[in-house]
Amino acid sequence: MSASDLTTVLICLPIGATIVVWLLPLSRFATGSLAVLVALIEVALWIEQAARFDYGAAGLQNAQKTPWIKDLHVSYHVGEYGFSLFLVGLTVVAMAAAIGYGFWVGRDRPRAYFGLMLFLTGVTVGVFVAQDLLLFYAFFEAMLIPLYVLIGVWGGAGRLGATLKLLLYTMTGSLVMLAAIVVFGLKYGTFDMIGSPTSPSRWLFLGFMLAFVIKAPLFPFHGWLPDSYREAPPEVTAVLSGVIAKAGTYGMLRIAITKFPEPTSFYRTAIMALAAASLVYGSMLAFRSADFRGVVAYSSMAASGLIALGLFAGTDLGYTGGVLQMVAHGLISVSLFLIAGAVERRTTTGEFAYLGGMARGRPALATLLVTTGVIALAVPGSAAFAGEFLILGGSYQRAWWWAVIGAAGIVLAAMYMLRLISGVLHEARGPRVPDEALDLRPGELALVVPLVAVLLALSFWPAGVSGHSFAGNSPTKAVQEQFR
Amino acid sequence: MIATPHVDWFAISTILVLLGASFAALLSAVLVPRSWRRPFAAGVAALGFAGGLVTSIWIYVDSPNGQRVIAGSFYRDRWTALAQVALCAVGFVAALVSVEHIPGGRGSDPARRDDHIAEYFALLLAAVGGMAFIVGSANLMTLFLSLEWFSIALYIMCAIDYDLEGSLEAGLKYLIIGSFGSASLLFGSALVYGATNRIDYEGIAEQVARLNLSHDTLLVLGLAMLIAGLAFKASAAPFHMWTPDVYEGAPTPVTAFMSAATKIAALFLALRVLNTAFAQEKYLWTWAFAAIAVASLVIGNLAALNQRSVKRMLAYSSVAQAGFLLIGLSTGTPLGARGMAFYLIAYSAAAFGSFAVIAARERELGEPVTLDNLAGFGWERPFLGVAMWLFVFSFAGLPVGGGFVGKFYVFSAAYDHGWTWLVIVGVVATLVSLYYYLAIVRAMYMRPSEELRVAAVAGGSPAPERLLHAAVGVALVVSVGTLFAVQPLITIAEHAAAAIPF
Repeated sequence: MSASDLTTVLICLPIGATIVVWLLPLSRFATGSLAVLVALIEVALWIEQAARFDYGAAGLQNAQKTPWIKDLHVSYHVGEYGFSLFLVGLTVVAMAAAIGYGFWVGRDRPRAYFGLMLFLTGVTVGVFVAQDLLLFYAFFEAMLIPLYVLIGVWGGAGRLGATLKLLLYTMTGSLVMLAAIVVFGLKYGTFDMIGSPTSPSRWLFLGFMLAFVIKAPLFPFHGWLPDSYREAPPEVTAVLSGVIAKAGTYGMLRIAITKFPEPTSFYRTAIMALAAASLVYGSMLAFRSADFRGVVAYSSMAASGLIALGLFAGTDLGYTGGVLQMVAHGLISVSLFLIAGAVERRTTTGEFAYLGGMARGRPALATLLVTTGVIALAVPGSAAFAGEFLILGGSYQRAWWWAVIGAAGIVLAAMYMLRLISGVLHEARGPRVPDEALDLRPGELALVVPLVAVLLALSFWPAGVSGHSFAGNSPTKAVQEQFR
Repeated sequence: MIATPHVDWFAISTILVLLGASFAALLSAVLVPRSWRRPFAAGVAALGFAGGLVTSIWIYVDSPNGQRVIAGSFYRDRWTALAQVALCAVGFVAALVSVEHIPGGRGSDPARRDDHIAEYFALLLAAVGGMAFIVGSANLMTLFLSLEWFSIALYIMCAIDYDLEGSLEAGLKYLIIGSFGSASLLFGSALVYGATNRIDYEGIAEQVARLNLSHDTLLVLGLAMLIAGLAFKASAAPFHMWTPDVYEGAPTPVTAFMSAATKIAALFLALRVLNTAFAQEKYLWTWAFAAIAVASLVIGNLAALNQRSVKRMLAYSSVAQAGFLLIGLSTGTPLGARGMAFYLIAYSAAAFGSFAVIAARERELGEPVTLDNLAGFGWERPFLGVAMWLFVFSFAGLPVGGGFVGKFYVFSAAYDHGWTWLVIVGVVATLVSLYYYLAIVRAMYMRPSEELRVAAVAGGSPAPERLLHAAVGVALVVSVGTLFAVQPLITIAEHAAAAIPF
């Protein structure tokens, strides 16, 4: 099987597995094992692809193209660039962890649950490899369907309101994007991202951007975020913030910035201002949050702001840092939400008022939370530090005050992460922390430790991502050439 | 001595097959013993529809160049054939669902069980026959004749289950309001004839061009009334008033059939009449249909938001869907035509399928299905539940069904026509529609367990309903398949639309 076929296999294998899981009356254990197995195969296939990838060559790799709708010039066109390869990797790893977590906690109605998780894996990979606007849109929308059901069925008490908000917010953005896609495709005679020219239309740019800023989310489009992140099952929140939100920032890089150079520079200041506002405001909200998940949720919004700041700085460092930060924050966010889930399972709450002192007698939990937290607050030497440093450098090249705001955000990050760590692990033992609450079990360790290990590896060698995302030449040039 | 025209029997073979089967089914009401009547009539119906499918596919293959036959009163072309294929397919699955779900006189004395079942299948066949005729009609006379033909069949089908509360009422309402629509269409035809002195579509266009009648008051008035009559049948706003009541009151298999088949017939016909006979009036009717489309989108969606009865909600949703379909029609371009034809196929599958699922739930509960008593349905009947959410997501334009591609097509057609505003209206309407489509999914899957009440099933576990499952399965395959097999269907639609002079 060639590496190109692998791209399609990465999409179709989990979707096929969904159908198998739904059709065959397997037991709970068999369903879960099958899902975990498929998720691990996805990781293996991705490693195979990453090993074969030519990081020095410009242009699309592992591409496949088949006509889908000929008269409107829509095709099934998939392929990968360096940065999309890493985002696919993030997706398969995060989904494997999330599926493993679902198996570990033994979710109700396993066939429905694992089917939806697998479906989500396939379509999310699709988002990052689609090279046709309509195909991209189809995957972008299709992500919502399993998310909607996963939150609506397996979520917490306020899940119905949360799903409604999530759907209405994100669909508003997506449908406006659909209109923009229709106009773009018919105006330029093709929906292919590579074959189409750049466009000077500001309206179209805003149509695309609306979908991306809602998905990311950036201030003030984050209204859906707190409810969804709090009500969803922890592993779904992990995927939502770690991977799905990255679809928004990926879209900014791959479509908005690349296809609309003139509108990008016209709206640059406005969008960077929104990004900076998300960074600062999100960090402040994270600092004020009363619960574990709230902190991580708002910190994701801050991270999206930071990533957008880097991408829209429009400099080499900014692009590279943005991509690195997408991957690093994705992994951080997944680990933190899974740990949050573990804490909630032991204490039935995530509120700091009832937590505290969990480090005593629980070394594994404490070690993992502190390690992840320290990476998250961008301690020098960590993967997040490398990403943030690049972004700050990139935005400094645009104007010095962007870097000042970015740096302020990083200080705030230290504040909220330390507050989180001490609120959960240190201080007096919280009223809802029972003595018999165990340390992380082997099953949980098996999920979180690999993620943290990847993060540590990335901390030692951030160039593994940052040096391989944009195929040798400068990212600015690659963007200008529309990645051709 | 009146000269008889040459009759191209092959051109009307689909109609003849359906009528033949209809007579056979009707005869079984007297010739076949009561206990055998239901399977016999249903078998005849299924065979009839299968035969109709074969002949209409054959006509499609055999008629690449359209022509008028039988003294210029009927079109033998691919547009007709495509519509007939779709109609026969809908008829076939409707027959499947009807076997188990048209009650044979519930509550009345058992000696009279299945008294009318043979007539029901005969009427179903006759209705599809009439629709297969109307989509090929080439003059105002055949148009009106076949319109009345299938309408009368439908009036009776709506009222067939007269023990059911609301069924008679639905039939009567449909009869009265439908007659109003027919009358409007007839009056419009008369005015058009008065203005042009012709009844065949091509003749009307010729005469309008020759006498330069495009601003003639009589003609324009006639066209307006024709449009109103067609919009009645397509249940487009503001001519949709009958839709919720009739869809709710009629036996659910009939509703399922009507929601798919009537729209196919009315819209395939409308596209042909307008582009053939009223090509000169394009500047008028494109705007008229754009206005009707917008009205349908607004009224259908807003009214659906507030419904508790699922059948009523789906009825309003079908009004809104008519709006999307009419966007394709209103552009008056080949792109719009094939978009509409494609969307019609995807829509019909989802519409039929969703009503069929409701029929299953209704039988299980023995009472009308509301959002409240739909609770937990998805977990109790996994296949029907999954099918239902795939159908409503297809309606909503999410990429799990052909509705997604259909919407994309009609929006593309509208933009291509220069109507970006209509794209925006469509997008906003889609967004609003999500609210009520999601309400169905929410009701089926997401209620807290204390709200779930196990469905009261009369006499043990639900019936196996194999035929219903088969019909829903067919609808599901078509609905999801249209997402993937876009190009073959579009090629077919393109060939079909080549018969229409744009």
